[in-house]
Amino acid sequence: MAITLTESAAQHVKNYIGKRGKGVGLRLGVRTSGCSGLAYTLEFADEMNAEDSHFESHGVTVVIDPKSLVYLDGTELDYVREGLNEGFKFHNPNVAEQCGCGESFKV
Amino acid sequence: MALLQIAEPGMGANPHQHRLAVGIDLGTTNSLVATVRSGLSVVLNDEAGRALLPSVVRYVAEGAHEVGYPAQALQSKDPHNTVVSVKRFMGRGLKDIANAGETPYRFVDALGMVQLRTVAGVKSPVEISAEILRELRGRAEQALDGDLVGAVITVPAYFDDAQRQATKDAARLAGLNILRLLNEPTAAAVAYGLDNGSEGVFAVYDLGGGTFDISILRLQRGVFEVLATNGDSALGGDDFDQRIFCWILEQAKLPPLGPHDSRLLLTKAREAKEALTEHPQANITAMLTSGAALDLTLDGKIFAEITQGLVNKTLQPTRKALRDAGLSVEDVKGVVMVGGATRMPHIQRAVAEFFHTEPLNNLDPDKVVALGAAIQANVLAGNRGGDDWLLLDVIPLSLGIETMGGLVEKIVPRNSTIPVGRAQEFTTFKDGQTAMGFHVVQGERELVSDCRSLARFELRGIPPMVAGAARIRVTFQVDADGLLNVMAREKSTGTETSVVVKPSYGLSDDEVTAMLQDSQNHAHDDMTARALRENLVEAERLLEATLSALAEDGEQLLTPEERAAIDAHIEALRGVLPRNDAQEIRQAMDALNRETEFFAARRMDANVRNVLTGHRLTELEEN
Repeated sequence: MAITLTESAAQHVKNYIGKRGKGVGLRLGVRTSGCSGLAYTLEFADEMNAEDSHFESHGVTVVIDPKSLVYLDGTELDYVREGLNEGFKFHNPNVAEQCGCGESFKV
Repeated sequence: MALLQIAEPGMGANPHQHRLAVGIDLGTTNSLVATVRSGLSVVLNDEAGRALLPSVVRYVAEGAHEVGYPAQALQSKDPHNTVVSVKRFMGRGLKDIANAGETPYRFVDALGMVQLRTVAGVKSPVEISAEILRELRGRAEQALDGDLVGAVITVPAYFDDAQRQATKDAARLAGLNILRLLNEPTAAAVAYGLDNGSEGVFAVYDLGGGTFDISILRLQRGVFEVLATNGDSALGGDDFDQRIFCWILEQAKLPPLGPHDSRLLLTKAREAKEALTEHPQANITAMLTSGAALDLTLDGKIFAEITQGLVNKTLQPTRKALRDAGLSVEDVKGVVMVGGATRMPHIQRAVAEFFHTEPLNNLDPDKVVALGAAIQANVLAGNRGGDDWLLLDVIPLSLGIETMGGLVEKIVPRNSTIPVGRAQEFTTFKDGQTAMGFHVVQGERELVSDCRSLARFELRGIPPMVAGAARIRVTFQVDADGLLNVMAREKSTGTETSVVVKPSYGLSDDEVTAMLQDSQNHAHDDMTARALRENLVEAERLLEATLSALAEDGEQLLTPEERAAIDAHIEALRGVLPRNDAQEIRQAMDALNRETEFFAARRMDANVRNVLTGHRLTELEEN
């Protein structure tokens, strides 16, 4: 399995990293918090650690630590607009239930 | 469902704890709101995809109002209740508004700030601005899907304390937490990232719809200092439209037009101006109410010729600002272009020619101020790492306190970065003094009479002590928005009193410049004056001390001849005081001091004798 980005998400990530002027890619992760137990994290990656896995998708390097990968494997990251709001959205096949806010989940 | 943004490494927020912050450009003509999304500063558009919110509020009835485009559309139909350019009234009294008679508003003169009578009641400029801010806040909360932790709002560099305070009040009324007020030219410089690594002098050339501002900034160690500002509050892009409009009338030999045709041709003029930014020439076609058809071609060259006078009108204040800053064109490292009117190619050329450098213009000049404010808001909200810069502002003039003799003791020197806190100890002048008056002043001159008075207050309840024994600590605190709080505290009893300085009318930039120049021109006079005043104060203290010593011990310790000699010197010192010559006073003081030396020694001996008499040596040792 792998982590993938939609074309639109990849375009935005490339733009942001380009404007930021540094970074090797995008770091995805989960941490234990939030109303349903686990929460997504989404950060710029400035470096890759030895234990990290990485994937290429539409020219973007996605970096993820092994503990997070088990919760996120098969995830597709999308970029969407909802009304005035816009941002990244996780399509994660591992999710059993999700908090209404979409920021945290259970597997 | 929440949508995520990319955070800096290690700075990701927990769910529901995103530190959402925005930058707001609260403009005279248009306002904008921007935020940092995934590390990139972006302007937030409304549902129709428009970035600008016209700074127009129309009151419909009690409790009802419209903001932005709908209000602007009805401006000519309902002029009394439709407020445009409310920024010009912020923190201003009726007498400050130059052309009050030409506006359609029904002004009510109120204490401190003018108010406007509308169909929904009397409204202050603060309330009207708050409506604009509330609209932007709503847009931001929708776009960011959450509550804002705070906002950075920009103000012109020349805004004084009253205008800044009014802006803060408006934000509070709109339910916004103000992280910081930021000078507009500084925000523009931040948007271009000038704060990252570059040092030097920058010019910000801001030609908006109806106002022109030039600011000269110095960036040093992360601090932006506004060296000088200048401008023309009645010059902007609209004047260029007007010139084209006049050119059309001339070319087509049209008779005076009715309001409908005038509006039509003004719109055509604006369209032609905008077209000339992209194209070498623009066609102007219109059908007038008389049935006459209009078909003209305006090219860039003619446009530049007919508006040359307007362009020159921006260069005069620019020259003046440089002169005020004591700099020449060569000292300016870069020029930032702000305001939609700077898109005009011949403005770009004129500025490049004037400064001998290509201006920075790759950001949208309408948005650059809001973008910079958003970057600053993002840092202040805590979304960046600790090694990141924090933008600092400086106070334009020194703040101090009046001391004896009408002298100024500067507590916070000019160009201190804010926020800042400084304290100094003062003492009493007379024996048994139980109260002390404080006079807070602003300025660079040495004498109070040449500085600007900000506030007066009194500290009472000082325990009676001999002169010079009381310790009174005076603390000056200037917060991040430049507002001053002064506190005086008597240290032995903890008695304290304080004052918040919110002058109802601050200084205009011209006044600040004038005060600074004054202080340089009068540096020598000031030094002499200070020396004189200091000697006068010291002389009075010496006279006071000598007289009280004579009253106490003069009878017992002095022969009539000795007494007469001291009295003669006292009279001599009193005699030279009115002559206001520091040198002479100093000599007379020295003479009196010499003459009283033996008297002081005798008093000391007598005191020691009194203390020792009747005590054994062991008793004294125990003590």
